[in-house]
Amino acid sequence: MVSEHSDAQDGETAALALKILVAGGFGVGKTTLVGAVSEIRPLRTEELLSEAGQSVDDTDGVDQKVTTTVAMDFGRITIRSGLSLYLFGTPGQDRFWFLWDELSQGALGAVVLADTRRLEDCFPAVDYFEHRRIPFVVAVNCFTGARTYGAQDVSRALDLDRGTPVVLCDARDRDSGKEVLIRLVEYAGRMHTARLLDSVG
Amino acid sequence: MWRTQMNADRTGAPLEPGSQWYDGEAGPLVRPYAMTGGRTRPGPAGVRFDLIALVTLDAAAPGVDDDTGLGPEHRALIDLCRTETQSVAELAAGADLPVGVVRVLLGDLLELGCVTVSRPVPPAQLPDERILREVIEGLRAL
Repeated sequence: MVSEHSDAQDGETAALALKILVAGGFGVGKTTLVGAVSEIRPLRTEELLSEAGQSVDDTDGVDQKVTTTVAMDFGRITIRSGLSLYLFGTPGQDRFWFLWDELSQGALGAVVLADTRRLEDCFPAVDYFEHRRIPFVVAVNCFTGARTYGAQDVSRALDLDRGTPVVLCDARDRDSGKEVLIRLVEYAGRMHTARLLDSVG
Repeated sequence: MWRTQMNADRTGAPLEPGSQWYDGEAGPLVRPYAMTGGRTRPGPAGVRFDLIALVTLDAAAPGVDDDTGLGPEHRALIDLCRTETQSVAELAAGADLPVGVVRVLLGDLLELGCVTVSRPVPPAQLPDERILREVIEGLRAL
């Protein structure tokens, strides 16, 4: 994997872009979170579906439309000239796993948005990032009217690995979204350091 | 008569072929890969550009200001890069083209020397602590 990218060393001056994924079930607020922290209105890219994405799934009466493209919403935060952060809302349906693989390539980490009223919706995302050892935080989007659970309850219910941060947030709120991202970057840094130490010792 | 038609619709009877393919949901009428001459992969280099690979225009390159040989979609990408360096994802959104199509077109531009494309940081070489700290401070300052 490293040799494949060995020509990436352009020195310190090269512009650097980092990628953070925002995953979670359908309608949990992924695009809302991206929009709350992004300096640009969330943009939309479309990826054409290959054969792999066309297996039939249960859309549960949500939408009868058979699509041939899948949209990904994304936003950007410029940290400084030459250093920017891109946030990608991952496609919500399982049949788009193959797109996740591409999205998660080189990602700094991920935010898994959860709604405590249907926590099971975020299981696939949690599994996905755990198996690939991609650092992630679980951000519980506190919908008004939903009973509030503590971070510990959610962590236990999701059977998270020790150390995986759980943050309560309001996906519509910019400061709240910023806090989620800060926790993720801090955690990604800790994970990375731990792995370096592992590989040495 | 119309009642039986409605019933037929409700039971999901297949629509007459060709009767409805062009409604709003059908998307663009030009097949996306027509713009790439049917190619679905970028040129011989075979590079698959990441969504956050950054594309910088080489304004001095021959071909950038030369209208011959490049299609309107190529030109649209060049124009988008004129103002500032853009990620592949931003180019796709800006040109309103599927990412797959943009990748092929960028492959052409790369081969012609019109643009340079940066590779994102590979996972095994996540940015060093200094950069992560910069990101955290930058987020706090937002």
